[in-house]
Amino acid sequence: MTTFHNASSVSLSSIARVNPEQLRLRIAGAVADGDALLSLFALELGGQKHLCALLGLRRKMLIEPLLCPLEDYEYPCITLSAPQAHMFEREIAEQYGILPKGHPWLKPVRFHEPPQSGILGYRRPGPAVWEYFSMHGEEVHEVAVGPVHAGVIEPGHFRFQCHGENVYHLEIQLGFQHRGVENAVLKNPARRMFYMETAAGDTTCAHAAACCRVIEALADAQVSARADALRAVSVELERLACHTGDLGALAGDVGYLPTMSFCGRLRGDFLNITALVCGNRFGRNIMEEGGTRVCLSQETADELLKKLDAAGADTLRAVELMFGTPSVMSRFEGTGTLSRETAQDLGLVGPAARASGLRIDARLDFPAGQYVKDSVSLAHFHTGDVLARAQVRRAEIENSLAYIRRILPFAIGDCGRSECGPARPDALAVCVEEGWRGELVHAAVTGPDGNLLRYKITDPSFKNWTGLACALRGQQISDFPLCNKSFNLSYCGNDL
Amino acid sequence: MIRAIIERFRQKERTANFPKEMPQLPPRFRGVPVLSGAPMTPAVQRKCPCGALSTNAVDLGKCVFCGRCEEFSAGVVKFGKDFSLAATSREALVYKGGEYARAKALGGKLQKMFGRSLRLRQVSAGGCGACEADANVLLTPVYDMARFGIQFVASPRHADGLLITGPVTRNMLSALHSTYEAVPAPKIVIACGACAISGGTYAGHDETAGIPKDIPVDLYVPGCPPHPYTLLDGLLRLLGRI
Repeated sequence: MTTFHNASSVSLSSIARVNPEQLRLRIAGAVADGDALLSLFALELGGQKHLCALLGLRRKMLIEPLLCPLEDYEYPCITLSAPQAHMFEREIAEQYGILPKGHPWLKPVRFHEPPQSGILGYRRPGPAVWEYFSMHGEEVHEVAVGPVHAGVIEPGHFRFQCHGENVYHLEIQLGFQHRGVENAVLKNPARRMFYMETAAGDTTCAHAAACCRVIEALADAQVSARADALRAVSVELERLACHTGDLGALAGDVGYLPTMSFCGRLRGDFLNITALVCGNRFGRNIMEEGGTRVCLSQETADELLKKLDAAGADTLRAVELMFGTPSVMSRFEGTGTLSRETAQDLGLVGPAARASGLRIDARLDFPAGQYVKDSVSLAHFHTGDVLARAQVRRAEIENSLAYIRRILPFAIGDCGRSECGPARPDALAVCVEEGWRGELVHAAVTGPDGNLLRYKITDPSFKNWTGLACALRGQQISDFPLCNKSFNLSYCGNDL
Repeated sequence: MIRAIIERFRQKERTANFPKEMPQLPPRFRGVPVLSGAPMTPAVQRKCPCGALSTNAVDLGKCVFCGRCEEFSAGVVKFGKDFSLAATSREALVYKGGEYARAKALGGKLQKMFGRSLRLRQVSAGGCGACEADANVLLTPVYDMARFGIQFVASPRHADGLLITGPVTRNMLSALHSTYEAVPAPKIVIACGACAISGGTYAGHDETAGIPKDIPVDLYVPGCPPHPYTLLDGLLRLLGRI
């Protein structure tokens, strides 16, 4: 059994080949053991369709790849044995025309052009035009929302099955943001970094860092310690900005305006600190294969630290105010509860998983770069409600502030940049990076000429959207904005 | 309650006095480029991932302000600090040096209608979330866009215009059309960010279509994403407030 560390590569020939039944059993076994299905995707190797599964063996801190050659355009579905495979299998069916037989809810994920080959017999339907789970009976009604929502937010379609105010089921159908990122990465290497930086615009640093590590692993390039530190600083700044913004938005959603206003400003302050590093508030143009595009002078670092201290202190006080207000707490408590079991079954990641008591964090489970040298503390709570998701964010703000203060000195000075030579042929490289929404997985497979054959991006949102749908069961429909914000998932990261 | 009031004094008033005072943008911020006038070699032009460069011009509607041309052009292109990038015609974005043709006021009846009260419906059509986030931030106390009478509204029927972000995916085309149709005339359209203006890095994808011709654009706001001040500056110029 081949296993490898995060941010490294293995040759395709060394990866265990399994048949569909063995694949199903191995994934089901790993998931039952509390390990993760990091990613599952199809690809074509030597003219034959293959499934590739990446298992995250958390306790061993290792990644186990599996390759399953397919003789046919169908295989017995894995979802029934491991529910967290359900979106992956829908995606595989849509992208490659491969049918996961027995899948309980097989429908398109993104509504793009179906493949020419394969056995899915449909023409391209309109976006989100498909059958929905529906309830019938007296006084039962359906609420449809989107794609264009009320706020300044990305598009998606939500269907609520309601009885009065109570939601029995929510189905989320995305795909409106699909712009062909994965294929474009293969076709246009010059734009690769730009695609990564805009895969999910609020997770620029984490996606770009993951891609860099994948390409570096394929080229066997070493990155300077300073570049590692600067990457981690920018990923943590991204976390600070987004968590602060989310806590403010949660306050706003229950009508508590002081924290909303303070955090709205403070989120911008964290973004402006990122702009000190690279000129862009979202951390564009920091990462580059082989290192970083920018360096941090002592002077800039001093200013960064000064602003970080000021914004950090203000943020913690603004957030404290919210947590000390009983009317806010009573709205957060017990709203949108997701049990540990459900979170585990669905394979949730990030703050949403940690709020339900799962002790998972890629920075600890699969450390790479700076996180190997210096670890972060795990923030986890157990009630699984909006309150727990808010508490995780507050704790992570504290942790990230402390972490940046600790590692900033290592990021100062010339980062240097190592050349990424030609990529290793016939190899698989994987990077798992803990973005602020949770672990994102990048996997690249090269062909005999060293060119990329397949590039797979798994954004945490792809796994967590179902968590939001489940959190809404048994809630009032008016709790949706609050629940939604407590997850704050990405549409474009899901749709790619 | 008393704690909230005390905290309010601690956090201070933060609304910037824009446009009377110019904001301090970070030293590495990239704004209107400064061109030396020397021709750009094909080698430099190829450095641009979006094809924004030609021999004598930078197309700011395609530019994502990554600065790669600056690194390789030996002084032919340098990015300045001027964040006032919005323009009212697509041609004005093809910048050849000299004075930048900034956004002009709507003028006439439209300016009279919208100059002191503008309601916008935002449509994200394939945007990565960054343009949306930096449009949303205009509602925070620092920028406080509402003090100029500009607001985002939930329904297109309450809106005077659209603010479009993203390269307009094929999957969002019909929703964009419906939203545009639902806005009562007269209406204005703002294309925010490189993706909305030209497709940006997503130009040429089968999955993207761009803003269709029957939705005429009144204001182009370059950037990836545009800085909040770039967007606010563009809006105020369009309304004749700067």
